[in-house]
Amino acid sequence: MQFNLDINGERHALDVDTRTTLLDALRDHLGLTGSKKGCDHGQCGACTVIVNGRRINSCLTLACMHDGDEITTVEGLGAPEDLSPLQLAFVEHDGYQCGYCTPGQICSATAMLDEIKAGWPSNVTGDLEAQVDASIEEISERMSGNLCRCSCYPGIVDAIRQVAREEAGA
Amino acid sequence: MRSFDYVRAGDTAQAVREAGSEETRFIAGGTNLLDLMKLEVMAPGKLVDITRLDLGGIEETADGGLRIGALVTNSDLAADARVRRGWPVLSRALLAGASGQLRNKATTGGNLLQRTRCYYFYDRGEPCNKREPGSGCAAKDGVNRILAILGTSEHCIATHPSDMAVAMRALDARVEIEGAEGRREVALGEFYRLPGDTPQIETVLKPDDLITAVLLPAPAGGRQIYRKVRDRSSYAFALVSVAAVIEVEDGVISKAQLAFGGLGPMPWRDADVEAALVGAAPSAALFDRAADILLAEAKGYGGNDFKIPLTRRTLAAVLTQATEASA
Repeated sequence: MQFNLDINGERHALDVDTRTTLLDALRDHLGLTGSKKGCDHGQCGACTVIVNGRRINSCLTLACMHDGDEITTVEGLGAPEDLSPLQLAFVEHDGYQCGYCTPGQICSATAMLDEIKAGWPSNVTGDLEAQVDASIEEISERMSGNLCRCSCYPGIVDAIRQVAREEAGA
Repeated sequence: MRSFDYVRAGDTAQAVREAGSEETRFIAGGTNLLDLMKLEVMAPGKLVDITRLDLGGIEETADGGLRIGALVTNSDLAADARVRRGWPVLSRALLAGASGQLRNKATTGGNLLQRTRCYYFYDRGEPCNKREPGSGCAAKDGVNRILAILGTSEHCIATHPSDMAVAMRALDARVEIEGAEGRREVALGEFYRLPGDTPQIETVLKPDDLITAVLLPAPAGGRQIYRKVRDRSSYAFALVSVAAVIEVEDGVISKAQLAFGGLGPMPWRDADVEAALVGAAPSAALFDRAADILLAEAKGYGGNDFKIPLTRRTLAAVLTQATEASA
């Protein structure tokens, strides 16, 4: 099947089997290997990308369903010489060990901070209508779709909190 | 994954026309369907993509309720200011389910049609009457701690995994369906079917029926609570959950709408439980009597026996919280 994917501001023409997931299209057909395949069943979050501003599991969606959508992968968030604030904060706070889950963590956290800014409540929000604070408890709950087998959660939460504070202060 | 034909529907009429066979499935969020297709537990020959249909809005209805389009994501529904204010039990239930990534993709219509997470349904090496009618049920004598205690049959003890649907059942939601013969509405309480000897048939939907919306009546008021008990505090299915809308007037319960997750093959509701509560003064003895009624027919299968006392205690905790004098 032929269709286009708009990834990190660039249009790519694809001709792939309908079964191709967005994750496999990125990795195997477009060479964008930043997004990782962990469980391939939406349980680990290593494949998280941002589609039309929302974080999703790229392993649980068909590439052909995203014709015309605006897709951002970790490659689109920053580059080695120009890291995004979250990428810098993950380095600073040692938010990884093996690094396999990190692209998914960073894509997820990038969109998650926008969800907090939009005032979305979470399962641990006390008052559904009050302003949400990027507390440790809120970040932990909102990031529960991203697993880290090295268990670097304290560093991950610290990195995200730092960026949330920086953004709130800006 | 088996290969399939893919069609993107331009409007609802085309979607309904393209369906109509057991081999065809609609796809929207795809978070459950694609998971099952990867495992070949489901292997549709054709997918009709409905994501471009105009079913993504939440509108207020003339009677003060809401019409929630079938394509509204779980995230958008949970965050909707009107839902948070008027139907908070629904926001709470949605936020208790899945992960941020999945809620961004999962839709209202698709959530209602989630398949069970019974291990044996997923494992093609084991018999399962839901996956392969007539093959038997390995769960009854197997690892069944997550499975049902109410509404089961000798052929199937699967639970319905949704949190959203539990809150919707407590709120008297209705499902709007578009089919070959036009549009109709079905109360959520009549939407699901008990397994009996056909556990593969889970709802009243026909192959070419498309869920177009869920309708909520005007805000029910009262205290609204969703309490979910699970093996970890986030991103896990319910062992037991309770959605409650409770009102107390002059020391007596004047309204009780209660639905339960994790107990049965559908979001469970029992009118006798609610009738026993309404008109009575809240007390531990009353809550215990409500649990007696709810669990009168409950049947454990070994690994899930603990759900019977757990349900009793969870119900008591919810009713206590819902009826205590406001702070």
